[in-house]
Amino acid sequence: MSAFNDIAKNGFWKQNPLLVQLLGLCPLLAISTSLVNAVSLGLATILVMLLANLAIASLRALIPYEIRIPVFVLIIAALVTVVDLSFNAFLHDLYLVLGIFIPLIVTNCIVLARVEAFAAKNGLAASTLDGVMMGAGFLWVIALIGGLRELIGQGTLFSGIEMIFPSLSGIQVLPADYPGFLIMMLPPGAFFTLGLLIAGRNWSEARANQRRLNQLKQAEHPGDKPAENIPPFAA
Amino acid sequence: MTTPPDTMENTPQASPMQRSALYIALRTAAILLAFTLVFTTLMASAYYLTAPRVAASAQAEKLHLIGVVLAPTFYDNDLFSDAIILPPTSALGTSEETRLYRARKNGQPAALVFEVVAPDGYSGKIRLLLAVSHSGPLLALRVTQHKETPGLGDYIDPKKDRNKGRPWITQFSDIGFDSVPPEQWRVKKDGGHFDQMAGATISARAVTNASGRALAWINVHREKLFALPANSLYKE
Repeated sequence: MSAFNDIAKNGFWKQNPLLVQLLGLCPLLAISTSLVNAVSLGLATILVMLLANLAIASLRALIPYEIRIPVFVLIIAALVTVVDLSFNAFLHDLYLVLGIFIPLIVTNCIVLARVEAFAAKNGLAASTLDGVMMGAGFLWVIALIGGLRELIGQGTLFSGIEMIFPSLSGIQVLPADYPGFLIMMLPPGAFFTLGLLIAGRNWSEARANQRRLNQLKQAEHPGDKPAENIPPFAA
Repeated sequence: MTTPPDTMENTPQASPMQRSALYIALRTAAILLAFTLVFTTLMASAYYLTAPRVAASAQAEKLHLIGVVLAPTFYDNDLFSDAIILPPTSALGTSEETRLYRARKNGQPAALVFEVVAPDGYSGKIRLLLAVSHSGPLLALRVTQHKETPGLGDYIDPKKDRNKGRPWITQFSDIGFDSVPPEQWRVKKDGGHFDQMAGATISARAVTNASGRALAWINVHREKLFALPANSLYKE
């Protein structure tokens, strides 16, 4: 079971698509202007990554190594088209909300990256889990960025939720006369927020490494004082 | 250089025949062709299976959109069968053919519903849907598509307007040239009648001017538009 644990941890944190692999920046820039949009795109991405990894993992024995990329692109594009059409036909209300995001998923390189790096080399169950967890890693980061941009940019949260649940409405978090902070709503706002999140993640990892290093030193030389001045990124 | 494995599974020792370049090239091409055929078939069948339902929901959506600018109590005919085709018209800002729907009540002309494009939004075109009554005034106006700055110029779309009680766009409800003459059909900043938000005049100006041009054009062509047989192409 520990292999499955590792897959989950990789997707969520250690190899997070947005914070570590820096994949999927195009949809991030375009969609993370509000929490509701971001979560919608995240959910659609999970669905497509699950299907793509499932399809490639089950067909991988048939795909010659030399032409794997065109075949992967073909399969992903076909799956996204089928998902798009089925949503439009059978879940039309949801399609009105998610519809514009589904074709955008094709532009998300995480899908191709996970298919190539994982599903092409692993079994069905592991690949499916990897697709879901990588999608979930994408979801929580884009949701956090969407929420921060919406809050700082226009002082609200959950605006637009009435498109999904007509009985609910967005919340004005900051005072109604909050003037807004335009740059957060524009694409640079996504880069600033993502940059700060990546810095925060690196900082917490560096601190954890430092602590581990200190414990190691303590164990080797119990009398020494713990090292304090090792710069966090020293090789 | 090592030869890459034949497939992604480990293949047993290949025979010399299999290693010939032509054989590998043909075999790879055939596999790619097979994949293309299978997945194109998948997409095509998904398209054919969903097409009727997609078309039905697109029409329902369009009817819903028309309902926003024109209340269903205003007409009793089938709008989709009583439509005519407008050629690209500079007064409406359209660069492709659009449909114009003719609403009638008890056989009498009631209103026209049609699309207008404001070419001069802050970031590109703004698409509008207008309903103009047969007696003259604009009944209502809605933005159907735009790329205005989120949180700044997007108040032209009532869903994004923070003034939920009286969204900006409702200024254009039930208003015609008899109450606001054409030379007053501008935003206040240009010396006209209509409000705009400070700091985001361009979006409001584009919508206001486009609706004014469209209304003036309809005033000239109204009777001819109502008289034309259904599904024909309008010629000025």
